[in-house]
Formats: sequence, structure tokens, C-alpha cells
Amino acid sequence: MNIETLLSELFPLGHSVTNIDSILTGYGTTNKGEIAVLGTTDHLAVGVEAALALATSALGVIKNDPGRPILLLVDTQGQRLSLQDELLGINGYLAHLAKCLELARQREHQLICLVYAEAVSGGFLSFGMMADEIHSLPEAKVRVMNLPAMARITKLPLEQLEELSRTSPCFAPGVENFIKLGGINTIWQQPLAERLVEVIGMKLDEDQRRHNGFVRQGRKLAFTVAQRVKAG
Amino acid sequence: MSDLSGISRGHSYYEANARQRIAHLLDPGSFQEVLGPAERLTSPHLEPLGQPCSFDDGIIIGTGSLNGLQVLVASQEGGFMGGAVGEVHGAKLTGLLERAVNERPAAVLLLLESGGVRLHEANAGLIAISEVIRALLATRVAGVPVLGLIGGAYGCFGGMGIVARCCDALIINEEGRLGLSGPDVIETTMGVEEFDSSDRALVWRTLGGKHRYLLGEVQCLVEDDIDAFHTAVIKTINTVQPLSLESLEQEHSSLTRRLADYGQCQDGADIWGEMGIDDPQKLPLMDIQSFMVTVADKGQGKL
Repeated sequence: MNIETLLSELFPLGHSVTNIDSILTGYGTTNKGEIAVLGTTDHLAVGVEAALALATSALGVIKNDPGRPILLLVDTQGQRLSLQDELLGINGYLAHLAKCLELARQREHQLICLVYAEAVSGGFLSFGMMADEIHSLPEAKVRVMNLPAMARITKLPLEQLEELSRTSPCFAPGVENFIKLGGINTIWQQPLAERLVEVIGMKLDEDQRRHNGFVRQGRKLAFTVAQRVKAG
Repeated sequence: MSDLSGISRGHSYYEANARQRIAHLLDPGSFQEVLGPAERLTSPHLEPLGQPCSFDDGIIIGTGSLNGLQVLVASQEGGFMGGAVGEVHGAKLTGLLERAVNERPAAVLLLLESGGVRLHEANAGLIAISEVIRALLATRVAGVPVLGLIGGAYGCFGGMGIVARCCDALIINEEGRLGLSGPDVIETTMGVEEFDSSDRALVWRTLGGKHRYLLGEVQCLVEDDIDAFHTAVIKTINTVQPLSLESLEQEHSSLTRRLADYGQCQDGADIWGEMGIDDPQKLPLMDIQSFMVTVADKGQGKL
């Protein structure tokens, strides 16, 4: 779904979201009031400038609009792969973005994420994955890496990975697999405006993902291991 | 900064394994492992791929004391799958950070050595690192400092490079490397003209400990000696900033300035020259002592 269609379906009552260099910023109107919108589009490869721009917007909402819910719209092919980004310390820029979103959570902003196109590794990790809850459109594409690249780096035969991806949600890209693992809460079906309004105001304090992964049997150990360590 | 203690080179941090680092860093005999190898807690995702397992899944966690201070500690084993994070490995780290919120130790020490997500269980690994980030930041919000130590052969990359920069402070040796996408990943994807991963000097100028220190990303640059890391931990533990709007606005200005000042630079040496360092090409060859004298009052300052 393209971004204009998405915004009009999420906000039939109107929105002021702008798209500058594939960074989305603004507000949308819902039946439950205004919601701040931050996001990326055009499968943006997130580099240092984009991470900083998103952090600027997040800090702006924290300062100017205390407690306002925030919708994170995800469409990223991952972090930008370049020597210059590494030279400037892109991991620190992405960590800064994650910290700004954590501060928003601490200050009672509800963080809702919608993956509407692509969600890949670093760009997803420091942004959408910081949300209290993560939802996805059915056609979204979520992955760490494609199978051929995975085969090259792990030195495992592609055929073996393809075979295993049919039985294990751990390898293969796909929304359904991330749902089984607890990494995505639900798939949003039309009408999107109703889906959004349903979750606004349902603030969750704890990270629910490993519990969901346990209940859905896709990630059976993370929950029990973390609980055992935590309990001492 | 006088990070010169421990020049006796008693125990190389770089050459030590994850257990040796803990043993030499903490007070002798104080370490109590949690979910150790006797528990046989292995990754369920490796055997179906015909891959070897490790009884600690490549991370050692537990409690101990450092100079009498109670700490929680985690140490990643680069020798097992490059310290990469899978479901169990990540859950051990998340659980430890959450335990810190209950137990309120003087600090959590993360001995980081990792290539990031373990691709053999990629989706679970990515979610696990996200859970670590949330748990780490919640620990900081609860007022428990989290310090990262970097200095092993595999460096600290991928999602763990983001985790590192979520810590209150980082301590690194000259051999330590910190980044997001490893040189080999960039070369494989973008071509050798973007990043020649076989050019070790270039890799070092881009990702190495001295460059990270000059950028202000790490608070202490130390000799490759576990005692030097020990001294740096004690010095750093009480200097940390709480995660607040003020501290993040300060970080925001600093990162904005870095992009404006050095965004056009193509090489680490160009950045060091812009910082006002004479003969920046000589920095790679200097020992830590001469380096510290040369760069005093240069660079971006410590975040």
C-alpha cells in the first residue's frame, strides 16, 4: 500500500503528515483524538540523517505534546550500508533514536507501530521494534536478511534453509513467522481506521513479546529462560 | 584522562575468552554463574542445521563483586558463533538486565563481543536483541548503571552495536571495534569500492577504539589489559548520567554537530584532522600513552 492511501485509510478524518526525504512527520485525527505520526517510506535505508530526523521529531512530541500517543509507520529496507555512516557511528545514531522512543514511553506516550511495507533489521530494531505493540498489514515484508544472503554468510546450502523455513518460523522472512515468535502482535485488516482506534489507549507497560512467543509456541524458550534468570 | 594503569599486561583482554575475562575482572572467587553449562541450556535451533551447540549458548551471566561493589555481569563468547545472539543467548541477557531492576546492584557490566543477530535463528535473534534494548534502557531508567566493555577479536556489531550505544558508558581497548554493519557485510552488499574489508588499516580507522574514543562514543580508551578495564570500570561507575530529556537533548546536539562537522569526511584521518590534531596519520601507530597526550582536549568530548 502506498503511503498516501495508507494515511487516508488510517485517518479518514484528516491528517497533517508531511513526507520530506522519505521521513514522515505530523498528526492524524482519529475518533479518539489526535495521534502523532512518525515514520519512513520508499523502503528507506536508514542512515545517520534519517535517524537524527526521526529523533528530532520524537523529542519534539515529548516536549510539545506530553502524553500524546505516537504511531510509528515502518517501511525500511534496514540500515544504510556505507563506510561514511560507519565512520560517523551510525549505531550511535540508531541507539539515540531508540533512547528517545524509550523516553517517550517513560513519559506515558503510547507507542503503536504499524509495519505497512518493509521492515528489515537495523532500521526496524531502533524504531518500530521500540513500540509497546507492533502490528502489520497482511502484505508487509519482515525479515532480517533474505535466504540467499543468509546461506552465503552461514555457509549452509540454500536448499537446506528453504527446507527448514517451511517448518521453523525462525529462519524465513514473513509476517506470519514474526507473529508466531511474538515479534508482531496482530495483522490489521480493513478498515484500518477502526484497527487504530481499537488499540489507542490500551497502554502496555511490559514487553509482551516473549510471552506471546511462548503462548504461540514459536519461541518456546525465551520466556522461561528470561524468567528464570530474573528470579535468581 | 590517565587511562594508563595496568600497563603490566598481565592478562590481555583481547586474547582472553569470555570466562577468563570475568575471572580476572571481578574480585577473585566472587563470581556466581546463573544458568551455567551444567544446566545444558542450549539453542534448540542449531541442531536441526547440523551445527554444534554450546551449553551456555555463547554467553556467561551471573553475579559477583568488583572492588567490593556488587555487580551483575554478562560476557559474550566470540569463540562460539562469533558471539552472535540467538533466542536463549538473548533471553539470558534480557533476564539479567531485568534482575538488576529488582536487585539494584552497583552496576551491570556487559562484556560485549558479538557480530549481532545469529543468522541460524535470525528472526528469534532480532526480536531477542530488541528485548535486550528495552530491558537495558528500563534498567537505566531504574537508576542502575549499565557499562559496556569492548575489546575482543570479533568486535561489537549489528544489533549489539546498537545495544552498546544504549549503555551509560563504554570502555574499549585499541583493538576493540564498534560499529553497525561489519566491513564484510558492506563489501558483500555494496561492493569493494564502498568498503574494502581486507584493508585492515581502513577498518581500524573507521571502527577502531581510538576513532570511537575521539568521536566521544566511548568514555575510556585503555591498554589491552584486563586490569586496565577493571580500573576504568571503577572510575566510570559513578559518573553516569540518568536517561532524561536533558541528557538526550545534549546527545542530540552532539550528534547533530558531529554530522555537520564531519559529514563530508571520507576517512577517519580526515575527521581527526578536522578535530585539529596535527599529523593525524600518525595516530594509528601511537601507543595509548602518547595517543592520550596527543589528543588531549581534542575530539568531541565524552557524551
